[in-house]
Amino acid sequence: MNTPLSWIRDYVPDLTCTDKEYYDRMTLSGTKVESWTRLDKNCEKIVVGRVEELTKHPDADHLFVTRLNIGRAYAEDGYTAETDGLDGQYENCIQICTSAQNLHVGDVVPVCLNGGKVAGGHDGLEPPENGFKIKAGKMRGLPSVGMMCGITELGSDEQFYPGSINDGIYIFPKEYGDSLELGSDAVEALGLHDTSFEYEITSNRVDCYSILGIAREATVTFGVPFKAPEVQLRLEGEKETKDFIDVEIEAKDLCTRYIACAITDVKLGPSPWWMQRRLSNYGIRPINNLVDITNFVMMEYGQPMHAYDYDTLHGGKIVVKRAKDGEKFTTLDGQERNLDSDVLMIADGDRYVGLAGIMGGEDSMITGGVKTVLLESATFNGTNIRKASKRIGMRTDASAIFEKGLDPYNAEAAMDRACQLFEELGCGKVAKSYVDVHDELPALRRIPFEPERINAFLGTSYTKEHMLEIFRAEELEYDEATNEIIIPSFRQDLRQMCDLAEECARFDGYDKVPSTLPRSSATIGRLTPMMEIENAARDICMDYGYSEAETFSFESPKVFDALKLPEDDPLRRTIRIRNPLGDDYSIMRTTPIPGMLQSLATNYNRKNENVKLYQLGKVYLAKELPLVDYPDEREQLVLGFYGNGDFFNLKGVVEDFLRFVGMKDKPVYTRSDKPFLHPGRQAAIAYDGKELGFLGEMHPDVLKNYGIGARAYVAQIDMPTILEFASFVHHFEGIAKFPAISRDLSMVVPKAVPAGEIEAVFDRRGGKILESYSLFDIYEGAQVKEGCKSMAYNLTFRNKERTLAADEVDKAMKKILNGLEGLGIELRA
Amino acid sequence: MIQEDLERIREEAKEQIEKAVSSDDINQIKVNILGKKGALTAILRGMKDVAKEDRPKVGQLVNETREKIEQALAKTQAEMEAKAQNARLSAETIDVTLPAKRMERGHLHPNQVALREIEEIFIGMGYEVVDGPEVEKDYYNFEALNIPADHPAKDEQDTFYINRDMLLRTQTSGVQIHEMEKGRIPIRMIAPGRVYRADEVDATHSPVFHQVEGLVVDKGITFADLKGTLAEFAKGVFGEETKVRFRPHHFPFTEPSAEMDISCFKCGGKGCSFCKNEGWIEILGCGMVHPHVLEMCHIDPEEYSGFAFGIGLERIALLKYEIDDMRLLYENDIRFLRQF
Repeated sequence: MNTPLSWIRDYVPDLTCTDKEYYDRMTLSGTKVESWTRLDKNCEKIVVGRVEELTKHPDADHLFVTRLNIGRAYAEDGYTAETDGLDGQYENCIQICTSAQNLHVGDVVPVCLNGGKVAGGHDGLEPPENGFKIKAGKMRGLPSVGMMCGITELGSDEQFYPGSINDGIYIFPKEYGDSLELGSDAVEALGLHDTSFEYEITSNRVDCYSILGIAREATVTFGVPFKAPEVQLRLEGEKETKDFIDVEIEAKDLCTRYIACAITDVKLGPSPWWMQRRLSNYGIRPINNLVDITNFVMMEYGQPMHAYDYDTLHGGKIVVKRAKDGEKFTTLDGQERNLDSDVLMIADGDRYVGLAGIMGGEDSMITGGVKTVLLESATFNGTNIRKASKRIGMRTDASAIFEKGLDPYNAEAAMDRACQLFEELGCGKVAKSYVDVHDELPALRRIPFEPERINAFLGTSYTKEHMLEIFRAEELEYDEATNEIIIPSFRQDLRQMCDLAEECARFDGYDKVPSTLPRSSATIGRLTPMMEIENAARDICMDYGYSEAETFSFESPKVFDALKLPEDDPLRRTIRIRNPLGDDYSIMRTTPIPGMLQSLATNYNRKNENVKLYQLGKVYLAKELPLVDYPDEREQLVLGFYGNGDFFNLKGVVEDFLRFVGMKDKPVYTRSDKPFLHPGRQAAIAYDGKELGFLGEMHPDVLKNYGIGARAYVAQIDMPTILEFASFVHHFEGIAKFPAISRDLSMVVPKAVPAGEIEAVFDRRGGKILESYSLFDIYEGAQVKEGCKSMAYNLTFRNKERTLAADEVDKAMKKILNGLEGLGIELRA
Repeated sequence: MIQEDLERIREEAKEQIEKAVSSDDINQIKVNILGKKGALTAILRGMKDVAKEDRPKVGQLVNETREKIEQALAKTQAEMEAKAQNARLSAETIDVTLPAKRMERGHLHPNQVALREIEEIFIGMGYEVVDGPEVEKDYYNFEALNIPADHPAKDEQDTFYINRDMLLRTQTSGVQIHEMEKGRIPIRMIAPGRVYRADEVDATHSPVFHQVEGLVVDKGITFADLKGTLAEFAKGVFGEETKVRFRPHHFPFTEPSAEMDISCFKCGGKGCSFCKNEGWIEILGCGMVHPHVLEMCHIDPEEYSGFAFGIGLERIALLKYEIDDMRLLYENDIRFLRQF
């Protein structure tokens, strides 16, 4: 909605405020103003002048020299015999040279005086922020002490002022021009001292898609009276509309009301100046009286209307019905449209004449020779119009309003108003009565008036009288007998107590509602256990230098190929978006690895070194496809890096995280076979027999697919599994009081035996007294036997109860050594 | 005689100590004079030749001499050590302006920084933080929120659909319904999470973003409580000086509804380019839970009332950290992340 304030003022005559005040107060009472534009921006010292004399410039073929009478502005604006360009020879006259070719003696024109300003040029360029200054000067040697203005120079557009031309001076229409006082404000005369406000109307306020709706809001907001248009009909037609036409609504579910009125003796012509100005300041081009009336009423009442040339209608009949699948129809813009059975049509006796609520047909459109008009004011199903206009692919001003769902009572009010304007403008004779087809219209809604409940709900203490005062200003009546508020039909949004509460709060002011905190029962604020372990993961990751990434939850189905996953890999069972932004965003991710790789690649391409990232996000695993129930949304921790570090650095982060969330047992690593990882450098991680995730170095093929030119490592941990084991409960175990005994174990180990197996022997055979062990040397090379590696562990033994005896340790070591022998391990000499 | 010998030994010792330059020298002197075969020890050995009555006196003299020599030795040794330490310290002088050795710590995503602030405020006010499904049923995303089948908000152009009944949630408001359906009152919760809208990626739009939903349901919850709670939130996130403004608005699932603006934290509300000269910045939408929504969750609106709000997490993060392009949030350029 983009409405001129002047039009609002027609119905709120006592509205006195600045643009800024209007903006602030309307916004705060619920009619949000998005922006406003002054239509007279940069128009200064522009007066009405009359061309008294017009001669060719002696030294330039394309220039004219004009003598302009500017009335009292002459003296008021400081012109003298020295500055008027005419040596004071003519009373109240100044000289202006112009290249415009459209002037005649006697024309009344806007004149920008010396020192004034105009808004723009007529070159079609964006007008400058501060307009153009106009100064007296000389043109080809002759004084020119001002400028006559074209309509674009005044910040408007020639399409809004019929008869004006782009590269000429604006000439006031003869009769209107002659009525203007010379020297008076020409911007005023053009109706441009006005402000256009753009509103954001919420979908519940259908009534505010109209000037009257906004005017009502302004009325209550500013506490000034509302002056509705006075509508009285003379009904001069000789016949009744039913003598012309028979109306039948076949599709009653899609059309609540259809009012038709015949208007005879139609005389087309321009609409009056005042109507043209209301429309033009709204941004609507005046066309002729008939079109202008329907546009005017559409904006004023929020009710689109349609005019048919009665003589083109067949069979004296209008039928409102659904189209049939596969039918076609040519709208008045000459386009052929495909129809289906959900499109509502207006038909005459034997063919379609309009797409209901969207656009009329080519065959019945008004042309210059029209004698009798059939005017339509109807109420169509908003949803149907919205869907139909979308399917057909045309959204018109009318359909945009209809799709909000209109008030059937308003259809009649708007028809009355239109007919009155036909009479007032001498555009035609209105038939004695309408044809008005509708079932019983819904009764006016009544809401019990419960002031205490309203106050209790809002936390306010409005008096009953104050509430009623607000309601009355809004035209909500109070029925004292039943203690009910009667809701006018145009306020479809008011249905119950909370709606009335809002009316009180917004018109008294949301700012005046107290600000309190709930006094209700105490509750404990906390995160979910999952969020707790996610935060633990964040802490650990950050300690190790990893930064948090976020990636989209959907991605391209091509990622599985980039990861070298086989065709039957379960990760390829994805949830597909039916209407994605594109194929690259079409599936819900089943693995967070591609997002991580993409982020690493972005950094790699930008030459960032040593990049370490982690991400906490969900994967979306369908329990069955197609999806019928909620999928398993599983939170995953994924880490990725390139640069300094290797597999074991990443393993350290994973283990530290597990320990941090209370998983104190040793995770078990087994070689795995993910196709996207280095075949020799990857492991599945299990805890207490359950798989937690994996870690490894990326496969070079995959790195290539993502354009990463460095070794990169990733780890993925399934957080719901972590949640099963995690615990933040700590038990103090006491600090060891008795001394430990430490033994070094140097071994020659067959290459194929992994450290994990050696450690498993320690764990199994070391007994209770084995407190800890650590690998301190590993070596493969010349000094070691072929096919073997040298490994050295330090083992620490301790008894918590007493001092340990050396022979106890010897016994334990012996047991361990026996176990190691079974793995083919020898002690190093 | 013995006195003379002692005097001589003391003189010699003094001479030698003065000449000493290292602790080795000092040790040598100790051995030479005080050691088992040292000069002083020799005198003690000669005590048997001293008259019995003179012995105590001579013994005292010997001890005095030994003490004096020991003191002199100790003093000199201490001086030497001090000197040596000073020399070492001086040699160890470093350039304190050389670069620091730092361990690079990781950084939170700015969304998470903002979320933690928000969570902290609401947890402090007794709110549980809960999670809800992102792949959602049509019922929870729309219908239960008073957005019936024909509502324009359901148009495909805004919503990503999986099929007729399942979609990617367009708002976190569905979590309200899940919470209310649990049938536990009072409810005080916030629900942060991802939401999805069919918007192309640009500086101000992303098809994936985050909201933080809030819901309070109990007896006697008022619109005034909503105002007070959100004013506290705004102060917590944007500073104590922050003023709030509530503008009437419309959401299908709340009534009354409002949008909340905060006074511009850059200019304090005077108007600047940051707030487009408005002095106010729009932050969130909120309102009293619509009675019909309560009813659909089997909560009697005659007995209970509640308020709800939805905060755009990215909006808070972009505003607060003055990030001018939303795309930066999802690129994960380390140079961006390091700044948080």
